[in-house]
Amino acid sequence: MLRHFALAPGARPRMIRGQSERRVMDDTQPNGDAAKLAEDKARIARQFIEAIPFSGALKMSLDEIGDGVAVISMPYDDALVGDPRTGVIHGGAVSALMDTCGGAAVMSRSEGPAGTATLDLRIDYMRPATPGETIVARAECYHITRSVAFVRAEAFDADDTRPVASATGAFTVMRAEGGA
Amino acid sequence: MRNAPEPVDVIKSRRDKALAALVEGVPYIRTLGVGFDRRGDELTAVLNYDDKLIGNPFLPALHGGATASFLEVSAIMELSFAILWDEIESGRLNADSLTPETLPRLPKTIDFTVDYLRSGLPRDAYARARVNRSGRRYASVHVEAWQDNRERLFAQATGHFLMPDRS
Repeated sequence: MLRHFALAPGARPRMIRGQSERRVMDDTQPNGDAAKLAEDKARIARQFIEAIPFSGALKMSLDEIGDGVAVISMPYDDALVGDPRTGVIHGGAVSALMDTCGGAAVMSRSEGPAGTATLDLRIDYMRPATPGETIVARAECYHITRSVAFVRAEAFDADDTRPVASATGAFTVMRAEGGA
Repeated sequence: MRNAPEPVDVIKSRRDKALAALVEGVPYIRTLGVGFDRRGDELTAVLNYDDKLIGNPFLPALHGGATASFLEVSAIMELSFAILWDEIESGRLNADSLTPETLPRLPKTIDFTVDYLRSGLPRDAYARARVNRSGRRYASVHVEAWQDNRERLFAQATGHFLMPDRS
């Protein structure tokens, strides 16, 4: 079971695993270099998400990232509605959120892939998301090889006890040198 | 003696109006910029290229989520149009008075599996779906998408859908 990390609206992205921003920024700490490296990786991943046009068009924002885990939220918007009678968001928009979140989780691995692309993604829709509520996806890259990364993800609305959807996917691992 | 067949423009207009009502009823289809070409009961979905559909600006390539959305929209529309076909043909479905409120309920996605075969290029994409099984409660739909060559698919998907109550 994946845990859901809820953040208050407008909260700043932060590191996972209890690394406070102060500790990360403080180079005098014994593990300052490692923490600095982790912060650099998180910053690169955040820029990576923000540079994606389609994720921006769906107003996705990165809430948390680090160590193979990413949390991305997508606010409710009339433009995403799939069923006008109920106002429920289209499954395709939830797929897009899961896909982005899965890719971010892969990029945040300490192995440091140069890039990633989705090979396959399966989504199970457990229940309709409540109209008006932000959808938050949490993806975990639980295994990575030289060429493939494996991801699990879940999406929630304001009720973080019952997932709206879950997903599993395989992603490519692009290498900076020597090709994919 | 057989009744004279309906004039072709009456049949076409009824089919096109029903399809347009289905498409216009879903805001997310407009957000994506997807349109539908119809030949008889065969639908071809068209994803009109827009810069906002990009997922990797460095290649550039379409976003996997845009591709998944396009495939899912295509599959649901194919299934919805197939479900309504008999009512459209018999004239029982009054296409002129269809609004989002009076529109028949659409199928709901149970699961959807996307197979990414090659990266989507920054240009229009096309998709056709096939209803492999359509029962009273469940349906299974396969959908294929391509860009320049029909034989060179860039993505395909299979989904299961919960059929709407038809009372």
